Amino acid sequence: MKQRVYYGALALLVLLGCLPFLDSSYALRIGTFACMYAIMSVSWTVIGGFTGYPSFATAAFFGLGAYCGGVLINKGWPLFAAAGAAGVVAFAGALALGLVLLRLRGHYFAIASLAVAEVLRELTNTATELTGGGMGLNIPVSVTGSSSVMGEASFFFWAMWALLLLTFIVVRLIQESKLGFGLVCIKQNESAADMIGVNATIYKSLAFAFSGVFVAMAGALYAAWVHYIEPPDVFDVLFAVKPIVMALLGGLGSPAGALLGAFAFLGIEEAVWRNYLQIHSGVLGLLVVVLLLFLPDGMMSISKRLSQLGGRRG
Amino acid sequence: MLILQILLNAIVLGSLYACIAAGFSLVWGVLNVINLMHGSFIVLGSYLAWGAYKALGVAPWTSLLIAAPVFFILGYGIQRGVLNRVIAAPVLVTLTLTFGLDLILNNAMLVAFKADYRQLVLDPSLGSLSVGSLVVPVDRIVAMIFSLLLTLALFFVLRRSRVGRAIVAVRMDRDAARLMGVDVPSIYATAFGLGTAMAGCAGVLLAMIFPISPIASGSYLGKAFVVCVLGGLGSVPGAVVGGLFLAIVESFGSLVLGPENAVTLSFGLLIVFLIVRPQGLLGKRGFE
Repeated sequence: MKQRVYYGALALLVLLGCLPFLDSSYALRIGTFACMYAIMSVSWTVIGGFTGYPSFATAAFFGLGAYCGGVLINKGWPLFAAAGAAGVVAFAGALALGLVLLRLRGHYFAIASLAVAEVLRELTNTATELTGGGMGLNIPVSVTGSSSVMGEASFFFWAMWALLLLTFIVVRLIQESKLGFGLVCIKQNESAADMIGVNATIYKSLAFAFSGVFVAMAGALYAAWVHYIEPPDVFDVLFAVKPIVMALLGGLGSPAGALLGAFAFLGIEEAVWRNYLQIHSGVLGLLVVVLLLFLPDGMMSISKRLSQLGGRRG
Repeated sequence: MLILQILLNAIVLGSLYACIAAGFSLVWGVLNVINLMHGSFIVLGSYLAWGAYKALGVAPWTSLLIAAPVFFILGYGIQRGVLNRVIAAPVLVTLTLTFGLDLILNNAMLVAFKADYRQLVLDPSLGSLSVGSLVVPVDRIVAMIFSLLLTLALFFVLRRSRVGRAIVAVRMDRDAARLMGVDVPSIYATAFGLGTAMAGCAGVLLAMIFPISPIASGSYLGKAFVVCVLGGLGSVPGAVVGGLFLAIVESFGSLVLGPENAVTLSFGLLIVFLIVRPQGLLGKRGFE
């Protein structure tokens, strides 16, 4: 069953790669955002879903990646090198930070991870010489070499899509590996896991780092895609919360669930934006509340519930 | 003299921080729920004071008498109707749920009041008090006194009243309290109601000093977090100590490092405290 869901999600992903052939810039824009959100929620699954640590650091990784990428591109680095460097910085930073922060549990960890984004945002705001501060950072248009608008849109879509594919496969490999097994042990009982020889500190820090690396790379791509970033935009607290909602929507602890949750969430969000511009965040909030109250195990549980219903009837 | 003036301002600000954080800390300590709506409740309280003054000429300190029961009922209702359903769920669920509720509340305020900054200007102005070269506006002193009184009142409710003792009992050991005949869901709702009432009243007092806008809710929430962690979770004296401590650190920090670094400083302090002394200045270890 699990294998089937995984391959189903993978097939859907590959199918999504054909989006540029539709030749619609609107579809490409939505598709790029869908891939970006899915990278965030699939990455978050490593720390939040497998390990059970409520991380709100996604916004911090995203912003860090966006600024690393933006600054390096402005220094003349090619796009993919800049994105790779952003990933390395986030991985190393998360590893070091994780050794300290992951000693905290529950609410304390949640708040500390949220505070990381606040601190980074304020630092970015004040480091005017490097980042442009509150004025934001402009990133030159000509990073892709493509002159046409559609060409550039397809380029960034494929870049984001390839990164999502990579993220999804790596996270799946983590789930299957010894690391993933150790993380689930930590979620169930950390002291017991420590006792039987899982090095909890290292494992948790690795999970935290893996939840950051691809998000930071996505941040770098985003910066090059939109050509202009500013601190409140890329360190937005919503980037920390949305991945969690998406993962909850899909079903906690499953990368395929997180992927589908992200697509479903984006679809709903887009519909809400279109129809209720004034009250879109309120409708989003309502969605979150309804989801948590009535579908706490996510969409993946719908089929199970239906079969239970059927079983009861028959 | 500059140092003394800054210290004086910090004490005024710190007592307001204490009032902001006391209710947040109560909810966190008793229900183990981080109420992300706290900032929006404060802003709503400010709007109440502003509206009452503008439409009816009711002074903010009189508005407290309306705000307290209104916000208590609001909080009690939210806890009974929504939060109690998931109170046993993991941290992530309750945290995300209050975030969703906050989105709704904040959006409602944006639609109702727009994002414009509004200011409650007392007419006639209360003037200011000066001793030597120290100057403090009287409205700030009034706000300070009322916020300390409110915090003190919360302290005595928890210490002396029957309901207060029940709240503390639930905080210490929920199961034992239930065995002693305490109605836990109702105590949860009461504690949440008290926390909300404190937020609303803090908002009323803040309206006398700061401009009012739905956008401010995030920064009030941030202050509540930091004060709560600095002072120690779930303790009213902790909120006072933490509030004063934060205000003093912020004021002198911005004097030394420049005002643009004040937020970095307070969140940096938060992270250091979480790691080095998670029980806070006044908290007891293992009492979370």
